[in-house]
Amino acid sequence: MSDITKQSLTELVENIKNKKLSSTDVTKAFIDRSEKSEELNAYITNDFTSALDKAKKFDQKPNLNLKLPGIPMAVKDLFCTKDIKTTAGSKILNNFVPTYESTVTENIWNEGAILLGKLNCDEFAMGSSNETSFFGNVQSPIDKNLVPGGSSGGSASAVAGQLTPVTIGTDTGGSIRQPASFTGIVGLKPTYGSCSRYGIVAFASSLDQAGPMAQNVKDCALLHEVISSYDSKDSTSIDFKRNHYSKELTNNIKGKKIGIPKEYRVDGMPKEIEDLWQKGIQYVKDCGAETIDISLPNTSYALPTYYIVAPAEASSNLARYDGVKYGFRAKGENLIDMYEKTRSEGFGAEVQRRIMIGTYVLSSGYYDAYYLKAQKVRKLIKNDFDEAYKKVDAILTPSTPSSAFKIGEKTNDPVSMYLNDIFTVPVNLAGLPGISIPAGHDSKGYPLGLQIIGKAFDEQNILNIAYAMEEKINFKNKITDWWIK
Amino acid sequence: MSIDLKTIKHISKLARISVDEQRAEKLAGDLNSIFKFIEKLNELKTDNVEPLTSIAETTLKLRSDEVKSKNIREQIIKNSPQDNEDYFVVPKVIE
Repeated sequence: MSDITKQSLTELVENIKNKKLSSTDVTKAFIDRSEKSEELNAYITNDFTSALDKAKKFDQKPNLNLKLPGIPMAVKDLFCTKDIKTTAGSKILNNFVPTYESTVTENIWNEGAILLGKLNCDEFAMGSSNETSFFGNVQSPIDKNLVPGGSSGGSASAVAGQLTPVTIGTDTGGSIRQPASFTGIVGLKPTYGSCSRYGIVAFASSLDQAGPMAQNVKDCALLHEVISSYDSKDSTSIDFKRNHYSKELTNNIKGKKIGIPKEYRVDGMPKEIEDLWQKGIQYVKDCGAETIDISLPNTSYALPTYYIVAPAEASSNLARYDGVKYGFRAKGENLIDMYEKTRSEGFGAEVQRRIMIGTYVLSSGYYDAYYLKAQKVRKLIKNDFDEAYKKVDAILTPSTPSSAFKIGEKTNDPVSMYLNDIFTVPVNLAGLPGISIPAGHDSKGYPLGLQIIGKAFDEQNILNIAYAMEEKINFKNKITDWWIK
Repeated sequence: MSIDLKTIKHISKLARISVDEQRAEKLAGDLNSIFKFIEKLNELKTDNVEPLTSIAETTLKLRSDEVKSKNIREQIIKNSPQDNEDYFVVPKVIE
């Protein structure tokens, strides 16, 4: 079967369960394609040899009751994987081999999946284009020299390029939804507290969430069902009754009230994005839902708030990289000199910039003016959503203010890079779930996404809306395999 | 407000990241443009707003105080750049 890698996760699971395909067939197909796809630079580390061994072992005694029976899967290199190098895209962790497994990946292997390798990402997930990775740019399967978005850029590239059937990324300010939108795939950022943060290299702990990235909504629902769990090892993990998201998935969204926030119509937004949004509104109406104009008045303050809160938390989290306990160490004349040189040589420019911002806003004399202020505005942003959800069940917005850009186009201007996340960041600040689905193409043929934002713990609802819209949109990703020789 | 080179040097000390003159100037430029963007928050009156300190509206769960990971010293020091099998090793700190 030459078209194995074109199959969705749901199809692959079915074919393995019906014994039409073996885990070895499927694993081999994805390894072959991954090996032919080096130019995408989607992988940092591959584990192909042991993946094939595991697949053969699975086929000898297949447990077909599992949710991901013998399914090969690559994951973002921000998840600690036992005995497999985990770098977070940084030089400072270039030689780090975890002695433990993240809860989210553990959940995936427990359902029968097999690790293919670790996927490229922006350094410590700080970036919107995968250009801050110590391991180099990732190419988008959509077009040569196009960014796949970030920080889960390797993940997006690998799913859109069919190097892995599905994957998981992490989303602190848009790092799942923005690359999903740029590469024409589906990406879900779950409610804060749904998926355990244990074993995920920390960036900004009050915002970080792991989530699924897939070719379609059903696959996304299935993977979310596997990774979402209560975990006592994460103090902010929330113990609530989780759905069988894929089983309960329905395209019946009749009577749902969907909010259209006027503040997401930002200055300078291309007409293509506005048109896409209007189409999205028509699609949900066609599905029998009702749209209601709403206001989220503090939306324009979300990004400035984020660029205080996230760097502040990052500067604290990244204090652990001191050249003593793990990771890279530079030579120094004394202990302090060793710390300073290690961090100066080990962290890339964007990470240093954010640590400096964070250190500054937390420093004596500036804490109230910046950090405390940001926490207060964060409250206002959350209140906006609480108020809106008294009237609506979900909110529909564009995922990003533009389509993907070229490699190098925005690297010299940090603020213009940050503006990429203008529609995704408010969702993280309020701890809500958000899903990006591919909804059309721009004039260059690049994918554009729409975002559905839900109430806390209401993933089922936004998955259902996405599922219903997906059917209407009937999006076809234009992948030409340009990178395969 | 503008962040000058002296402030950059001070922050880099606090952050334990050594920064040479050239990088300091680049950082000052970057940080000034980022803070100009951040200062939009001053438009908002927030005197009577409670700060949001945790998004997960939950109280921490209690658990019994049990040791769950035993004898993992080897695992803990396995990734250290320098050790003597029993301890992390750092440059000499006392004379």
